[in-house]
Amino acid sequence: MTDTPSPSDAGTGLRAEGISRTAGGALVLDGVTLAPRPGTLTGLLGPNGSGKSTLLRVLAGVLAPDAGVVTLDGAPLPTVPRRALARRVAVVEQHADTQVDLTVADAVRLGRVPHRRAWSPATAADEEAVRSALARTGLADRAHRTWRTLSGGERQRVQIARALAQEPRELLLDEPTNHLDIQHQLDLLALVSALPLTCVVALHDLNLAAMHCDHLVVLREGRVAAAGPVREVLTERLVADVYGVRAAVTHPGPDGRPHIRFLGTAPRDG
Amino acid sequence: MTPASTSASVSASVRSSRALTPLAGAAGVALLCVSVALAVTLGPADVRVADAWSVVAARLGGEPSGLSAIREGIVWDLRLPRTLLAAVCGAGLAVCGAVMQSLLRNPLADPFVLGVSSGASTGAVAVVVLGAGGGLVSVTGGAFLGAVCSFALVLLLSHTLGGSTDRVVLAGVAAMQLFSALTSFVVMTAADAETTRGVLFWLLGSLSGADWTDAGVCAAVLAGALLVCGGHARTLDAFAFGEDAAATLGVPVARTRLVLLSVTALLTAVLVSSAGAIGFVGLVLPHAVRALTGPGHARLLPLTALAGAVFLVWADTLARTVLDPQEVPVGVVTSLIGVPAFVLVLYRTRSAR
Repeated sequence: MTDTPSPSDAGTGLRAEGISRTAGGALVLDGVTLAPRPGTLTGLLGPNGSGKSTLLRVLAGVLAPDAGVVTLDGAPLPTVPRRALARRVAVVEQHADTQVDLTVADAVRLGRVPHRRAWSPATAADEEAVRSALARTGLADRAHRTWRTLSGGERQRVQIARALAQEPRELLLDEPTNHLDIQHQLDLLALVSALPLTCVVALHDLNLAAMHCDHLVVLREGRVAAAGPVREVLTERLVADVYGVRAAVTHPGPDGRPHIRFLGTAPRDG
Repeated sequence: MTPASTSASVSASVRSSRALTPLAGAAGVALLCVSVALAVTLGPADVRVADAWSVVAARLGGEPSGLSAIREGIVWDLRLPRTLLAAVCGAGLAVCGAVMQSLLRNPLADPFVLGVSSGASTGAVAVVVLGAGGGLVSVTGGAFLGAVCSFALVLLLSHTLGGSTDRVVLAGVAAMQLFSALTSFVVMTAADAETTRGVLFWLLGSLSGADWTDAGVCAAVLAGALLVCGGHARTLDAFAFGEDAAATLGVPVARTRLVLLSVTALLTAVLVSSAGAIGFVGLVLPHAVRALTGPGHARLLPLTALAGAVFLVWADTLARTVLDPQEVPVGVVTSLIGVPAFVLVLYRTRSAR
């Protein structure tokens, strides 16, 4: 598994520039630029409907932008072959679910789809990637459990393992901690932040973002309201402006990271 | 569990699932051959397996079989093409069902979900009852045209309605209702009792009109469809978590859906044109096989084809022998046998649900 970009192809990674996208007549993204630094974890914040999910779908190449361009190592996404893109960029969806009675190993093996040709059997490299992904997500002893029997936290881990089996260099996660209890939220983000990949993760919980992210991009009504290192972005003023919530931001908090305590809702202009 | 033992157990599972396919496949092929050979011998005229074999050898250019022309005709012109058509139809309908269920992410999907069978019925009835085509179009041809019209309507409707999989299913249901209504209307207003009976028999599915042309055409289309579907086995796996997830795994979703829907609709149209709408095989057999093999399509598709073939060979044998000399529509037999079997499979796999 290639953990770090080799010097020969040190491109610019995945970049979104001036992305606009409408949905049902409304402008969901309006000139958004996002350039995650290679090997870091970028948190994507913003209220419901601010365009986080849409931006991730555009970054993943699932949704075409109306304006702007997403590039992978400088090449616009429409020019990158689908399978090549899937070997570089992996996506963990918000509510991945299935009626199919898959085992954990079956689901993780889906990550090898972009690496395999029709009719060809799995190679040693395929099996090793699956084994490694299961081990890194702590699922090795649960490989034969079926999807139905898994808890929400385990399901998200399986999705991350499947994404790792794709052997990507970029990993996009859409609110992966939704519906998880606090222990699983922390476990999951600790796992993601330890990955030697360029990760972009949409999050709702500001303290989780403060704990684990290297950089933050905050969206409001489809535009970038703030972007930069965590301590510069997460301010009382920003929380009031973007979320309409009064907050006390302590920096450094108990763990050396900014800590946000919410005090109540505030008028947006206040 | 140590990392080494874990890795061993994971790769062991990979190995065992791979080893299962050739073995189960070989067993399935053997079972199918035995089934066809036995089915040919069963019926009012007494024929032994050796007799059937010598007839086949004689027709393929070997020594004369030594049987009377009538018995040779029974084997070569009636039972053999009929049994082979049953195998081809069973395999084709079951594979179409498996593909549709995965592609549309709907456990109730079957080869007829896109209205193909209803369209075929309308086409056939238009030819039989109304004399459409002025004698230039056969019943089979009319059924095929009807099926293609229905599928085209479904594609057009689902595209207009937004193109997502649930829209495809809804468009299919709409087309099915429309063509069923048209068929009923034509039959009720224009057909006499004898024609109605013939049409009904065909609607329920019957292999009684099988000849070598039917069997050959269906087998050729089945072979092509199996190649296309088999080549998409891994792609179909990737649809487990939905179309977006498939897209992020590098699957060209829209193209794959169009190709697979078209291929399965074409195969279904050809099968229905020859044998009528034999129900149940395409809906239930994929579930039964999936319960035994797991969801991976590289295993599921070939084993479903074999299971469908064996199942329909025996269902048709029953259909033509059980009330001899009267014949039961094979679609009736498939449901009468299949429903209890299906309930049993669901019951035995209930803990996994």
